[in-house]
Amino acid sequence: MDSTTSTFRGALLVVFTASCLLHGASGEIPPQPSGGSTLLPPVKPEAPQAYPDAEKSNLPVFTMDYPRIQIPFEITLWVLLASFAKIGFHVYHKITIWVPESCLLISIGLIVGAIMHSVNEEPPAVLSSNVFFLYMLPPIVLDSGYFMPTRLFFENVGTVLWFAVVGTLWNSIGIGMSLFAICQIEVFGVQDVNLQENLLFATIISAVDPVAVLSVFEDVSVNEQLYIVVFGECLFNDAVTVVLYNMFSFVADMPTVEPVDVFLGMARFFVVGFGGMGFGILFGFVAAFTTRFTSRVKEIEPLFIFMYSYLAYLVAELFAISSIMAIVTCALTMKYYVEENVSQGSCTTIRHVVKMLGSIAETLIFFFLGVVTITTDHEWNWGYIMFTLLFAFVWRGLGVLVLTQIINPFRTIPFNKKDQFGLAYGGLRGAISFALAFTLPDTIARKPLFVTATITIIIFTVFLQGISIRPLIEFINVRRTNRNLDTINAEIHCRLMDHTIAGIEDLCGQWSHFYWKDKFMKFNNRILRKILIRDSHAESSIVSLYKKLELQNAMEILDTVSGDLSAAPSLVSLYEEKKSSAKPKKKFLTADLKSMHDILSKNMYKIRQRTTAYTGKHKLPNDTHAREILIRRHTSIRRSIRPGSFQSSEMTKSHKYFSLPAGKSLDSKLFRPERLSLTDDHETMSEVAYPSRRTRFGQPARSSSRAMMPLRRLDTLKEVSSVEVLNEGRGERGGTGRAMSRTNSSYSDSHVPAPRRHFNASADNNNGSADDFRNVDQEAEEEEEEEEQQPSYPPPAWAVEPRDNSSTQNPLLRRPQWNPKK
Amino acid sequence: MGASHTRTEPNEFQDLMDKTGFSVEQIKNLRKRFLQLSGNEETISRENLDSIPALANNPLKKEIINAIFDKRNQHESEVGSFQEIGFEQFLMVMSHFRPPTLKTTPEEKEALRKEKLRFLFNMHDTDNDGTITLDEYRKVVEDLLSKSGAIEPATAKGIADAAMLEVASTNVPHMAPDEFYEGITFEHFEQILKGLEMETRMHIRFLDVGTATMRCGRSTS
Repeated sequence: MDSTTSTFRGALLVVFTASCLLHGASGEIPPQPSGGSTLLPPVKPEAPQAYPDAEKSNLPVFTMDYPRIQIPFEITLWVLLASFAKIGFHVYHKITIWVPESCLLISIGLIVGAIMHSVNEEPPAVLSSNVFFLYMLPPIVLDSGYFMPTRLFFENVGTVLWFAVVGTLWNSIGIGMSLFAICQIEVFGVQDVNLQENLLFATIISAVDPVAVLSVFEDVSVNEQLYIVVFGECLFNDAVTVVLYNMFSFVADMPTVEPVDVFLGMARFFVVGFGGMGFGILFGFVAAFTTRFTSRVKEIEPLFIFMYSYLAYLVAELFAISSIMAIVTCALTMKYYVEENVSQGSCTTIRHVVKMLGSIAETLIFFFLGVVTITTDHEWNWGYIMFTLLFAFVWRGLGVLVLTQIINPFRTIPFNKKDQFGLAYGGLRGAISFALAFTLPDTIARKPLFVTATITIIIFTVFLQGISIRPLIEFINVRRTNRNLDTINAEIHCRLMDHTIAGIEDLCGQWSHFYWKDKFMKFNNRILRKILIRDSHAESSIVSLYKKLELQNAMEILDTVSGDLSAAPSLVSLYEEKKSSAKPKKKFLTADLKSMHDILSKNMYKIRQRTTAYTGKHKLPNDTHAREILIRRHTSIRRSIRPGSFQSSEMTKSHKYFSLPAGKSLDSKLFRPERLSLTDDHETMSEVAYPSRRTRFGQPARSSSRAMMPLRRLDTLKEVSSVEVLNEGRGERGGTGRAMSRTNSSYSDSHVPAPRRHFNASADNNNGSADDFRNVDQEAEEEEEEEEQQPSYPPPAWAVEPRDNSSTQNPLLRRPQWNPKK
Repeated sequence: MGASHTRTEPNEFQDLMDKTGFSVEQIKNLRKRFLQLSGNEETISRENLDSIPALANNPLKKEIINAIFDKRNQHESEVGSFQEIGFEQFLMVMSHFRPPTLKTTPEEKEALRKEKLRFLFNMHDTDNDGTITLDEYRKVVEDLLSKSGAIEPATAKGIADAAMLEVASTNVPHMAPDEFYEGITFEHFEQILKGLEMETRMHIRFLDVGTATMRCGRSTS
């Protein structure tokens, strides 16, 4: 509903930000190159004038020194402009669903470029070779490497590398050769382009960069294999492309190429690739080892990650080996260890910063792509460019076809035709191609032609394929993987299946990656973890599941304290009872099942398989867990301080009705009249609050609040007394409550013991299960913390309570909202 | 296929091929392994499997071995468990894990999936009464967690309880108030794992060639 209302706003905002910033940018930037820009003379002319003037007299009151800040200033403005554009797209979500973000960025860039062109402005000289390779590329690659779904990657590593390395070679050589053939045709007038240059160009345009495709794949949740192959391919073929590029651009300078050079080139290829990997692993381990000791200096923990990755990159660059390979392997290697060593906060910081840098770099590149498209001089050659497009398609398609034929026999799950189509069609060109083309050495005579052709193919693929891939993928119905299956059963059975398969494989002696994974994990647990991780108890994936569940349990208990739903622990104790009565079959009471399910559906579905923690290229993985718990704690503590103790005691009372056929309904029946008479309003409130789309939430929530009602009244007495603040709007309704609270205010000056007294009294009525005591502890513990918050959170009277309650519950019940799985 | 290879008992292998869908090479590989496990006997006993070192660390060791000896996994309607199994039974169990090929139709895939689910279900359902009771579920979860260091049994129990509850609530959303959930039936089991990706998880690539050549890292997917 938000998006529908903000349709206009979104569109407006895009235009607004763009145009506004445009003016801002082109207003302030112009002074730099020519100064003669017609638009805005104010800044630059004034600066030199003002300065001498002031100097002549005495102390300058107002000076300006634009040249001094020019470069960082402009960079900042550009980044801001790009970021605003991004905000603009996301205000109106539907755009980004149907049109990939990269398209939009390019479009904005085109507009900006057009404006700059019209005022004879030159684009910033950001895209020099060094700037790109030293500052823009590392964040992008680090981003991809760091957020690579590790398990998936290693399960498919063969295929990924196969496509990345061989596929890129195939494309480069195929396209290069075919273009060279085209160049022999005189009609096109490009005979002067020799083979080396053609190969160089082909290398540039064979780097696929399917950002747009990946986000589409995520949205429609295509099967994991396809996803990881596209993901990994784009990552590693960057590396291959850059290697090839360096090689060919070296070769392109040479007048003749001797056979020896070809072999040297091949040898170099391996040196470069494996060298990069080696450096990456080395720095990864060093980084992991370093973080072992950073627990005392948490402020700079994240820094190590960035510095080491960057160092790996730079060192690789120093030796002219594959720096992309280095940074990717570095990220892959250290991620696992680092994330266990550093604190939760640092971990989040690392992820955020990696994401942020990566996405801003990419945004900028696409943005500049648009700008540069307009502002550079193009050399348009129909024949050459059209054939480039054609060959790029043909060779990509052929390559996928042939390469899958070769790799399929080695795969457990072969790629079918649809997957192959997805692979082939997902071959968009992107940032890397563009940057490489732009950084071509000037010695190449036909550089403008190459730049034009590259830009054409990028724009063509990004727009045409990027926009059409979603409908196509949905149309041909590619096999999908349901990744959002966050149930306990799914988690348990994933583990179960893993272990079963590993066991069966052991049995029949057919060792595949499960075997190797097993072996590596053993080695890892025995040696690596001891060295690299601070407290190195071996932790299997099951333990992480366990931890997650533990967290969930914590949440559950807290929710229980607040008592908006039934109490899970008491259910467990119910089991115990039944067990002790030696009944062979455990049976659940329906009401309990319902309420327990509510607890579960509220809490449990956050369990993620950490291995399939898919992350969008521009989204952080969902690590809101800890924070969520905190928030939940807060809200539930708040609630528990007020009505909590009574609710839960009430809860146990309701559980005492277990033996009765319908504990819950009985419960609600009991309190129904009272509630109706007291809080008509409240009912409607809660109806609104619990949206009807989850019908199963509706009932228990209501019934439980019913159950709370009579007690809440009591409870507020002591609460209100501590605070005199009353909300005006609720004043009259809470009239009685206020009056009562005033009478009681004398006795409940001491805030902390009050609830306990109440509590114990009521707990005596019940069987005083462990549940209740936990409540007490909980409260006692948290009361102090919450003391400051209390005044700001006045629960003036019972009648108002539901409103508070529902508003605090709301985010919990509607958690899908802040669980952006897309 | 491979007529030249079938120097011994081609008929028997043919029979097995029809029954299990393995190729001759795969059967021969498995045969080799079988003999290795059994110490060149014609049958395998539980002790043989217990002593596999690679299996020692598997938390589900017991369940897996039970599954191998389970008569329900023989594609026949028999119930109970073997004391010793021959090669044919061994193959039958293994055939649960054959990956689908490109030629498998969706229906066949569905059937395969069901078969695998049945296998898992049987691993849970030790007393073969058609339902996974809470105790059975707890047992499995406890075993699953048993190798992961210090986890109190209470936790495992809690997990199992929660999981059980989840099954109950998804499958019987509108239970009558006085109804009890008895345990997970196979239908419910299917339901609960409906969206779960099994294609990559429950398959073993049985090799056509000898194990000597399988060390290539490339083919690990």
